[in-house]
Amino acid sequence: MVETRDPSQIRVVIGMSGGVDSSVAAYLLKQQGYDVIGIFMKNWDDTDEFGVCTATEDYDDVIAVCNQIGIPYYAVNFEKQYWDKVFTYFLEEYKAGRTPNPDVMCNKEIKFKAFLEHALALGADYLATGHYARVAHDENGVKMLRGIDNNKDQTYFLNQLTSEQLEKVMFPIGHLPKPEVRKIAEEAGLATAKKKDSTGICFIGERNFKEFLSQYLPAQPGNMETFDGEVKGTHDGLMYYTLGQRHGLGIGGDGEPWFVVGKDLKRNVLYVGQGFHHDALYSDALTAVKMSFTGEARTGTFNCTAKFRYRQEDSPVTVTMREDGTAYIEFAEPVRAITPGQAVVLYDGEECLGGGTIDGVFKNSEQLTYVG
Amino acid sequence: MKNTIYLDHAATSPIAPEVIDVMARAMAEESGNASSIHTVGRSARKALDDARASLAAKVNAKPSEIIFTSGGTEADNMAIFGTAYARQKEGKHIITTAIEHHAVLHACEKLEKEGFTVTYLPVDKTGRISAEQVKEALRDDTILVTIMYGNNEVGTIQPIAEIGAILKEHSATFHTDAVQAFGLEKMDVEALQVDLLSVSAHKINGPKGIGFLYAKTGVKLTNILYGGSQEKKRRAGTENVPAIIAFAKAAELAGQTAHQRIEQYNGFKNILIEQFQLAGVKFHLNGHQKSVLPHVLNVTFPGTDVESFLINLDMAGVLVSSGSACTAGSIDPSHVLVAMYGQNAPELRSSIRFSFGLGLTDELVQEAGKRTAEIVKRLTS
Repeated sequence: MVETRDPSQIRVVIGMSGGVDSSVAAYLLKQQGYDVIGIFMKNWDDTDEFGVCTATEDYDDVIAVCNQIGIPYYAVNFEKQYWDKVFTYFLEEYKAGRTPNPDVMCNKEIKFKAFLEHALALGADYLATGHYARVAHDENGVKMLRGIDNNKDQTYFLNQLTSEQLEKVMFPIGHLPKPEVRKIAEEAGLATAKKKDSTGICFIGERNFKEFLSQYLPAQPGNMETFDGEVKGTHDGLMYYTLGQRHGLGIGGDGEPWFVVGKDLKRNVLYVGQGFHHDALYSDALTAVKMSFTGEARTGTFNCTAKFRYRQEDSPVTVTMREDGTAYIEFAEPVRAITPGQAVVLYDGEECLGGGTIDGVFKNSEQLTYVG
Repeated sequence: MKNTIYLDHAATSPIAPEVIDVMARAMAEESGNASSIHTVGRSARKALDDARASLAAKVNAKPSEIIFTSGGTEADNMAIFGTAYARQKEGKHIITTAIEHHAVLHACEKLEKEGFTVTYLPVDKTGRISAEQVKEALRDDTILVTIMYGNNEVGTIQPIAEIGAILKEHSATFHTDAVQAFGLEKMDVEALQVDLLSVSAHKINGPKGIGFLYAKTGVKLTNILYGGSQEKKRRAGTENVPAIIAFAKAAELAGQTAHQRIEQYNGFKNILIEQFQLAGVKFHLNGHQKSVLPHVLNVTFPGTDVESFLINLDMAGVLVSSGSACTAGSIDPSHVLVAMYGQNAPELRSSIRFSFGLGLTDELVQEAGKRTAEIVKRLTS
C-alpha cells in the first residue's frame, strides 16, 4: 500500500539497539514528522557475576538518544521467545553439524514477528529498524531492495520476511551509506554517534565463541584427517569448525596452509586439506529448504543471482522450485565453501527475492556427503 | 497526547508546594554545617534539632533515637547490616519475609553469603504472615527479625504490634521497614514494640535523598559509613539540613491530613473498581482486603500482558507501575506476587499497581479507570 497520510498521523515503533544505526533511523523518522516511539528489545540476559549486563548499558544509550530526539522510549523483553525460537534452533543446528545463522532466524521469528505484533498492539502503523535495506511500495505491492551501501547491505539477514511483514516495515537508513549515517549522528550530536559497531552474533558479542558454545554443547574432540585417511592432529569438537576455515587448526609443516574441507559426524572426524582453493571446497549446486519469498512465491525454473554468505559477491544461479517447496540451485561457476545451515539468498538486480537454508551441497550432480 | 494522571505515588510522590517553600528557604538561610561551632553552624544545628524532634514525635520516639540517612534503602541497610555485624557473636540467624523490599531482601542475601542464616517466611495469598509464624521460626541464635510494615506492591499490612509482643520474650532486634506506611498509618514505636524503623521522605511528598532510621535507645548497631561524628557517630556525613527540614514539614503535613486522605484514597479505590465493573472487564484485587494500605491498589486483569499493558497505559496518560520499578527489559516477575501466588501464576504477567497521593481528584481517578478499562478491553478482545 502506498502511504498517503500525513506523517504526524502515522505511529512508527522503532526498534532501538543502542547502536548508531537505529539511533539515526529514529532521528530521521522524528525529523520527517512521524509519531515515533523507541523500543529497546532485550533478547538475551548476559548478566555477569558482578551484575553487569551489556543490555543495561545499551538501554542507557537508547534512553540518552530518545531524550535527545524527544521521543518516548520503553524496553520490552523477548528473552523467552528468543530462547525458544532462535537459541534452541541455533544449538540444534550445531548438534547436527551445520553452521546456523541465528540473525536470519531472529529477524524472522522475533524482530519481524513477536516484536512486530507487539508494536501493532501499541497502535503502531509501522515497525522501523536500523537495517541497511529498503522497502519499495508500488501498485503491485511491496518489494525489498538492497541497502544502498553495498558493504553494509543486510537483506541477506532479512531474506525470510514476507510481503505481509514488509507492508508494515520501514528501513529509514537503507538509502544511506554508512559514513553518511555516522555523519548525521555526529551533526545531530546523538549520544551514540561514536559508538563502535557491534560485531558477531548478538548473544555472544565479543566473547570467545568456543568458550560460549562449550557452555551449552558438550565438545567431543576427535581426529583431523585428510581424505586419504592421514591423521593430521586432533580437533576440539566438530561444532567449532566451519567449512573453508583456516584459523585454529594448528597444522604446521611445508606447503600451502591447511583448511577445513569437510566433517564426518559419525566418525567425529574433521577433514582437512591444503590450499585455499582445495578442490573439495568447491561445489556447483545446492538444495535449499525453508524457501521463502519476499513477494509472490516463484515457481518453475528461473535465473537470478545469489549470495551464500553475508557480504559475499553475488553469483549467477539457476533456481528450480520443486513441488515440496524446496529448491535446487545450480551455480554458473563453482563456488567455494558452501555451508549447510547458512542462508542462500536470491536477488534480481536490486531486489531481494527471498531465500532459504542451505541443506545439501552438490558437485557434478552428486551430493557431497562430507560437508555435513 | 492526553493529560497525564499520576497514579504511581508509591514509587515516588510529588513534593508538596509548602515543602518546596520550606526547603527553598532553608537552602537560602541554613547554609551552615550543623557540626560547626560558629553562628552559622549553630543556626543549622538548631534547625536540624527542631526537625529531628518534630520527626521523632511522629513515631513517638525520642529525638536522640532518630538517625538521618540518605533514604529508605540506607535506613534498611543500616538496620540489617548494622544489627548483624553488631550481634554476630550472639548468633547468626535472621528472620524476614519473602515480600520485603529489595533494600531488605538483597541485604539479607548478602549476609547469607557472609555466613548468616536467613529464614524467609512465606506469606498467604493475601501477602500476609502471622505472628505465629515468627514465633515458630525464632531460634536461640536469632539476632534480627525484619518485617515490613505495609507492602509497597500490594499494600498488605503485617501484624507488627503482635510480632513486637512476641519478641518481647526474645532478645532478637526487631526492625520494620515502614517506608510505604509512614504518613498514613499511625505509628508508635512504643506500641509496636519495634527497635528499628525505616522511613523515607519522598514517599510522603518530601524530597528524595533523605530518610531516617529510628533506633531505640540501647539497641546495638555497627556503623555502615565511617567518617565524621555526625548523628552521634552512628552515621558519618554532613547532615542535609534543608532536606531534613523539608522532611519534617512533609511529615507534619502528612500527619495533619492523614485521616482525610485515608477516606479519600478508599474512595478512589471504590471509583476504580466501579469503573472496571461498569466496563465489564475481568479483574481481581491482590493483597489483603482489610489490613491494607489505603493508597495502594494492585489489580490483576486476566489476559493482559503487563509489558504492553503498561506502555499502552502510559500512552493513554495513565501513569502506573507493575510493582517495583524495573530495569532494561527486565521481566523478573514481582517477588511479592510470586510469594503470594506461586512461580507460574497468571497474576505475575497481568497485574498493575495504582497508588494514590497529592493532586488526585475523584474525577481524575474516574477518568483513569475509564482509560484503563478501555485498554484492557482492547488488549483482551
